[in-house]
Amino acid sequence: MALSRQQIAMRVAQELKDGYYVNLGIGIPTLVANYVPDGIEVMLQSENGLLGMGQFPTEQELDADMINAGKQTVTAITGASIFDSAESFAMIRGGHVDLTVLGAFEVDVEGNIASYMIPDKLIKGMGGAMDLVAGADNIIVTMTHASKHGESKLLTECSLPLTGKGCIKKVLTDLAFIEIKDGKFHLLERAPGVSVDEIVRLTAGELVVPEHVPEMTV
Amino acid sequence: MAGFDKVVSSYEQAMAGLEDNMTVIAGGFGLCGIPENLIAEIKRKKTKGLTLVSNNCGVDDFGLGVLLGDRQIKKIIASYVGENAEFERQMMSGELEVELTPQGTLAEKMRAGGAGIPAFYTATGYGTPVAEGKESREFDGRHYILEESIKGDFAIVKAWKADRYGNLVFRKTARNFNPMAATAGKITVVEVEEIVEPGQLDPDQIHTPGIYVDRLIQGSFEKRIEQRTINQSATTNGDK
Repeated sequence: MALSRQQIAMRVAQELKDGYYVNLGIGIPTLVANYVPDGIEVMLQSENGLLGMGQFPTEQELDADMINAGKQTVTAITGASIFDSAESFAMIRGGHVDLTVLGAFEVDVEGNIASYMIPDKLIKGMGGAMDLVAGADNIIVTMTHASKHGESKLLTECSLPLTGKGCIKKVLTDLAFIEIKDGKFHLLERAPGVSVDEIVRLTAGELVVPEHVPEMTV
Repeated sequence: MAGFDKVVSSYEQAMAGLEDNMTVIAGGFGLCGIPENLIAEIKRKKTKGLTLVSNNCGVDDFGLGVLLGDRQIKKIIASYVGENAEFERQMMSGELEVELTPQGTLAEKMRAGGAGIPAFYTATGYGTPVAEGKESREFDGRHYILEESIKGDFAIVKAWKADRYGNLVFRKTARNFNPMAATAGKITVVEVEEIVEPGQLDPDQIHTPGIYVDRLIQGSFEKRIEQRTINQSATTNGDK
């Protein structure tokens, strides 16, 4: 069965390592914070200028001056730091963030990502996404494998305007964990109960399938 | 006013000299840390044809969004404009020119503008629509594009505290773009929650030195919250 949003977040959380500074995008990536494995400490970077983002505030803690990149009110954890936007993006562009998790509309076999704009339909802006994909080495894209109409989002070539070129190496969908290298998708894991055939059918770009494809544990 | 005293007594004085077709750089992220009274003064002045540089454009009835209603904005340079229906309408109909700019590039454009750096190379946006018409160059096998810095005729800034000399301290994530905006205005106008006498702020704790600040005014702020998210499990009475 396809992974739920929570299960996608749980699988991403398994990639966290102790001491990681992590930037989580809006949507499913945000949920990853709920599944940090026991015994591991990570610090969440929010690109509006907060390193060490904590939970949502209580009524008593609520503070209009304390928000995250999704404009939600948040708190800071012990050991957090706060800084301006240029400093925040110096961290991101300088490659200091250990893991970036973000959503996308499409990715392709060359590691290109489209996530910010659907011409004539959805033009909201890229926010920090272009900086994040250009600056980070370790990026996981989370998205559904195909649209509601069954159209693959893993393509030979992105059809939408790009957020970044050749910068994505790992994609976790509701069906599969996929690596991108040498101009191809490589199937690493499949969601529990999802057949390789279904993944192949819903992957438009060239997909390399090894003899044994393990089921992921979530 | 004498010497280094930057305090002005009215919002009218604070925005004096703002004329049609000028460029205004504004601090703030979403509705957090926005110079809300300076924006209101621009609305009151009915200045037209403005080019605005700001991460966002507020919401329909608050923040920079209030300037859309009277069509005071000709062009906006921003990274994210998703929360504003009137904005989207004006952009789609071509009434409003929009230059979508990656957030980090926007911050750096302001920073560089204020620091006398005319342009810089960045990997952000290479191979995307942002790179169209821009010079690109390879360093160490990676591709970068040349981005030009931004200066404003005015910069409007919100800080938490200032002394009369314009030394600024920001509070929490309301800092965001404000320090960069403060450096990049030919005339930088700052509004704060509290003005104290010189000497009352620790020089080691100043975020923006007064050299960047031309005018300073104390205001009162609504500080509207865009997404009020509460930790329900930590509340005892369970109401929202």
